Amino acid sequence: MSVDERMDSSRRTLLLATSAAGGVAAVATAVPFVASLTPSERAKAAGAAVEADVSKLAPGEMMTVEWRGKPVWILRRTPEMLASLDKTDDVVSDPASDEQQQPEYAKNKHRSIKPEYLVTVGICTHLGCSPTEKFKVGAESGLGADWPGGFLCPCHGSYFDLAGRVYKSMPAPTNLEIPPHQYLSDTSILVGEDGKA
Amino acid sequence: MTTKSQALLNWVDERFPLTSTWKAHLSEYYAPKNFNFWYFFGSLALLVLVLQIITGIFLVMHYKPDASLNAAGVPVAFASVEYIMREVPGGWLIRYLHSTGASAFFIVVYLHMFRGLIYGSYRKPRELIWIFGTLIFLALMAEAFMGYLLPWGQMSYWGAQVIVNLFSAIPIIGPDLSLVIRGDFVIGDATLNRFFSFHVIAVPLVLIGLVLAHIVALHEVGSNNPDGVEIKKKKDATGKPLDGIPFHPYYTVKDIVGVVVFLFFFSVVVFFMPEGGGYFLEYNNFIPANPMVTPPHIAPVWYFTPFYSILRAVTYPLFGLDAKFWGVVAMGASVVIIAFLPWLDRSPVKSIRYKGPVFKIALVIFVICFFILGYLGVLAPTPGRTLVSQICSVLYFAFFLLMPWYSKLDKVKPVPERVTFK
Repeated sequence: MSVDERMDSSRRTLLLATSAAGGVAAVATAVPFVASLTPSERAKAAGAAVEADVSKLAPGEMMTVEWRGKPVWILRRTPEMLASLDKTDDVVSDPASDEQQQPEYAKNKHRSIKPEYLVTVGICTHLGCSPTEKFKVGAESGLGADWPGGFLCPCHGSYFDLAGRVYKSMPAPTNLEIPPHQYLSDTSILVGEDGKA
Repeated sequence: MTTKSQALLNWVDERFPLTSTWKAHLSEYYAPKNFNFWYFFGSLALLVLVLQIITGIFLVMHYKPDASLNAAGVPVAFASVEYIMREVPGGWLIRYLHSTGASAFFIVVYLHMFRGLIYGSYRKPRELIWIFGTLIFLALMAEAFMGYLLPWGQMSYWGAQVIVNLFSAIPIIGPDLSLVIRGDFVIGDATLNRFFSFHVIAVPLVLIGLVLAHIVALHEVGSNNPDGVEIKKKKDATGKPLDGIPFHPYYTVKDIVGVVVFLFFFSVVVFFMPEGGGYFLEYNNFIPANPMVTPPHIAPVWYFTPFYSILRAVTYPLFGLDAKFWGVVAMGASVVIIAFLPWLDRSPVKSIRYKGPVFKIALVIFVICFFILGYLGVLAPTPGRTLVSQICSVLYFAFFLLMPWYSKLDKVKPVPERVTFK
């Protein structure tokens, strides 16, 4: 008598059904474990907006505030710095900011609400290093005689201009991110929330 | 043996395969008699694994995976490492043993892999040993990477930031995947805690399991040797390989010599140069992690640099996907491709002793490229260096991908019937 003749096929169906149900249960059990790896409620709450006082910021100076654990730069640009954006138009990869890296109100040449103040997340869009400021112009910067001022990411060498626009053929794929922000007064910027205007 | 202890042993053997396991893996495991110094590194890797586990257990007693700032404004995790270094009796030694052990682990494992490469230890019937070995290497990289975050210094923080961001380059699932790895929008306390958990529990368990599988598979088929001859083909009347000697006592005693020499060099590093010239412990990691400021130059620890160079070497977008994504793919492929060696090598002989000039030249080029990539990975990128790393990356992959052809074309020497032994 072979094994096949003795096999009760109704038991086989039951066996398959039980295995399938067990498999579903095992997958369902994994859900809370994977969910526990996602950001907690506390981490999400830490994303609240922060207020920055720019009254003491002199032209040409930059300050850094922390928003969602990331550095957010506020750069008060001098007229010369703003003028340098005309020169970099041809060398940056996305001069018109067509990539969605900024709120609509910052989709302009100077990538900000007021031309004078640049508010940007100081994290390179390549692999998350924080670029360093290279505001000195020309040979003094160490980046060549025609360097118009901007930022240099130390990790993989991406160049950005003074509006956070990335140069062509750089490791970083996009311009620096402009966070949602609004002016509470002339000297106070709220980073992390759009104006309800 | 006295009758009483023999009786006790019998009592155990009837309930647990103690004597038979001892015999199968040590006293009657026949290893080829012609092992040379290259065969030290397997047992040394086991030694370092034990060292890392024991020192790790003691470090966890004092270390705190906490990114919040203490009263002095220093992250608790960073401060707890300093506490181990300065105030825990003997803590500095345990920590230096562990940090030096990490680099020693990679040195020993790289040499162990190179041994397999030159003597064809990956060839049939040892494919599974090789695959388990590649998985051990991958687990080891994960273990080292996550352990490096724990001191919560600048290099820990920004190194993890760069590597975790690599995952966000994967299309569609990437951004969510990196969020799940970090557990927060940036590297933070959640990341530190989960890396700690993986570093001390999850990955070590996987590593130990893989090491067991590696050894069980090895003892099933038997060890290869510098001649690449199967010793099981020539057996005496009792069924023992003619060219085999019992692992214990012959190789246990021989390996003690290897251990003594290894510990000599290891101690020199631990006691006289624990930072390893900035390569074993990077100077920037003596600064507490600061999410607002990236150090001017980020380099991974030396053992990752060849693969990191391959990552950076990819600068062209392809098929509408970022260069970043292809860099990640190339880096992953550069490790995974090692597992395919058993099927890439079509040479009729196993060992380099009987392989021809083509393989030897290819191997030399491969090793040189590996060192150049490793060296460039420490340095900041310049256009010239990127070009060199691109050339070396291509040659790295060519060594593997062209092997089916050049290993077949090569002129080989006749392999002896039995191992050569003076």
